[in-house]
Amino acid sequence: MMIEDPYLGRYVTCVSARSTDKEILKKAQDGGIATALMVYALEQGIIDGTIVAGEGDRPWQSKPAVAMSREDILKAQGTKYNISPQISWLKEATRSYGLDKVGITGVCCQMQAVRKAQLYPINMRDIPGKVAFTVGLFCMENFPYKSMQSIVEDHAAQSLSSVKKMEITKGKFWVYTERGNVATVPLKDTHKYEQPGCHVCLDYVSNLGDISTGSVGSPDGWSTVFIRTKVGNEIWSRAVADGMFETKPIEEVKPGLDLLRKLAKEKIDKNQKTIEERKTFGVNKALRNPYA
Amino acid sequence: MRGSKSRSGFDGEEGGSYKGDKTVTNKIKIGHVHMSGCTGCLVSLADNNLGLIKILDDYADLVYSLTLADVRHIPEMDVALVEGSVCIQDHESVEEIKETRKKSKIVVALGSCSSYGNITRFCRGGQHNQPQHESFLPIGDLIDVDVYIPGCPPSPELIRNVAVMAYLLLEGNEDQKALAGKYLKPLMDLAKRGTTGCFCDLMDDVINQGLCMGCGTCAASCPVRAITIEFGKPQGERDLCIKCGSCYGACPRSFFNFEVIDEFEGINEIIAEALKLGENDD
Ligand SMILES: Cc1cc2nc3c(=O)[nH]c(=O)nc-3n(C[C@H](O)[C@H](O)[C@H](O)COP(=O)(O)OP(=O)(O)OC[C@H]3O[C@@H](n4cnc5c(N)ncnc54)[C@H](O)[C@@H]3O)c2cc1C
Ligand code: SF4
Ligand code: SF4
Ligand code: SF4
Repeated sequence: MMIEDPYLGRYVTCVSARSTDKEILKKAQDGGIATALMVYALEQGIIDGTIVAGEGDRPWQSKPAVAMSREDILKAQGTKYNISPQISWLKEATRSYGLDKVGITGVCCQMQAVRKAQLYPINMRDIPGKVAFTVGLFCMENFPYKSMQSIVEDHAAQSLSSVKKMEITKGKFWVYTERGNVATVPLKDTHKYEQPGCHVCLDYVSNLGDISTGSVGSPDGWSTVFIRTKVGNEIWSRAVADGMFETKPIEEVKPGLDLLRKLAKEKIDKNQKTIEERKTFGVNKALRNPYA
Repeated sequence: MRGSKSRSGFDGEEGGSYKGDKTVTNKIKIGHVHMSGCTGCLVSLADNNLGLIKILDDYADLVYSLTLADVRHIPEMDVALVEGSVCIQDHESVEEIKETRKKSKIVVALGSCSSYGNITRFCRGGQHNQPQHESFLPIGDLIDVDVYIPGCPPSPELIRNVAVMAYLLLEGNEDQKALAGKYLKPLMDLAKRGTTGCFCDLMDDVINQGLCMGCGTCAASCPVRAITIEFGKPQGERDLCIKCGSCYGACPRSFFNFEVIDEFEGINEIIAEALKLGENDD
């Protein structure tokens, strides 16, 4: 039975979960779901590699990478709040890397890109059949690298290279450093740095991933997980049966789905309004609507 | 069991209302019209392998193809897949494309040369044995075109999807027709949008419009790797760009029709079911 929610998309089940793998939990942003799922899929032969957001040349710069080992998947752990053009590697993954069963982790718009590439494969030969498993992340917004740098260095007054973790939660952008500093920036100060393309985004919880996950809705250290497709359901069931995850019914955790639905609604309503306003942006001149 | 049932239409488990309730009887007539193209598009069509055989067995008759069928004159067709641009100094080609329009219900520009001119835009003539053949136009500059399948070469899977959807549009039940109409619409809109393709389309209609979100799809779709991503945004090496128009079509912010793409699971099943070889097909 599919549940259909106007803000949370279609899903088979939603649970709160975390990985049972100590090494994965150590560096995970939340419950290590994205990493544990891809490692499991790799070890089970469901995928033979996955696109992850790896490390770029500068501190905390993200850069897409094709990971073909547990070690490489783990290297990409943690949320990097700057654009990682995951899909730029989609075709290369099947060519230079020779993958027949590609995994992809990425934010909502990247899940949309994958599904479009599967249904309308414009110069995307082999992609429709070679995408084997996708794990989408929840995503309110993302930042250009220099935006993230301004937030961390100018507003939070921390050097990027000293940062251990960043997180957006409870109305603030949090910066944790290796030496134990915790600095926060209110989100009202970070909004102006957001990537403009995010302001027309109509998906908060990666509706089009096989599985999607994020922190909101679950307690610290746990993740909220939506199982969305047949592929996702099968992999999730097997992984849980094999002891990869601890799970709790989402109804039994705080703050639960209500908060998630509230945030999803806020994002989507706000962005719908932006799309509406674009229609009368100029004098008798509209900005383009990508969904029309 | 499902193998024998599949002949009767699209009865995927989750096919729901798209489920076919009548036996496939009317095959549609498809033709491949070869203008100035490298035959890469035709090879892509053929690369559907068993899928192509299934299409030709159950859904379509190939009534015209210089390479694959022995027919000399353009016949009446339901769907004309036109590969290549038209050399306007070649009288025969010009007549043939006009004839194609007259005799076809749906004209599909197959591939980037047909849609956008693509590599043939760079032709300057002067070559043996027709040195005067120097001007090549995408077919949309000479006739009305219904559907674009951009790509250099176009992906076999997109050709397959359009073929299945064109069949459903012409011969399916009401629900199937509606689905096919929705599926084909963005490819029809591309055909209305214009006959030039370029990295500039991303600049003009995506990035300058404040729509780019740095997914990187454009870079993956570019056949000549003209697009790199610098600090999360696409940069085009415009001298490398062959003007194929793929990046724009592939970009999730050029078109994104939720009513179709949200149904990806069901549609993939319908297509897989439609192309599944039945017990009598092998
Ligand atoms: C830009 C961004 C915004 C987010 N916003 C929210 C939000 O508003 N609410 C919420 O609940 N969750 C949000 N998340 C998701 C959350 O931060 C975690 O990424 C998610 O819970 C996965 O954690 P994990 O412990 O399961 O994965 P981990 O084991 O920590 O693995 C992290 C995974 O994220 C991928 N990743 C990291 N950075 C990026 C990036 N820039 N682009 C694409 N993929 C990346 C890596 O490839 C890796 O697979 C956001 C994530 C990103 C990247
Ligand atoms: S807000 Fe939307 S468009 Fe922006 S990065 Fe997140 S998923 Fe992509
Ligand atoms: S495909 Fe479109 S949205 Fe994605 S990076 Fe390229 S131009 Fe931007
Ligand atoms: S940049 Fe690449 S994909 Fe885009 S039109 Fe040019 S050649 Fe085609």
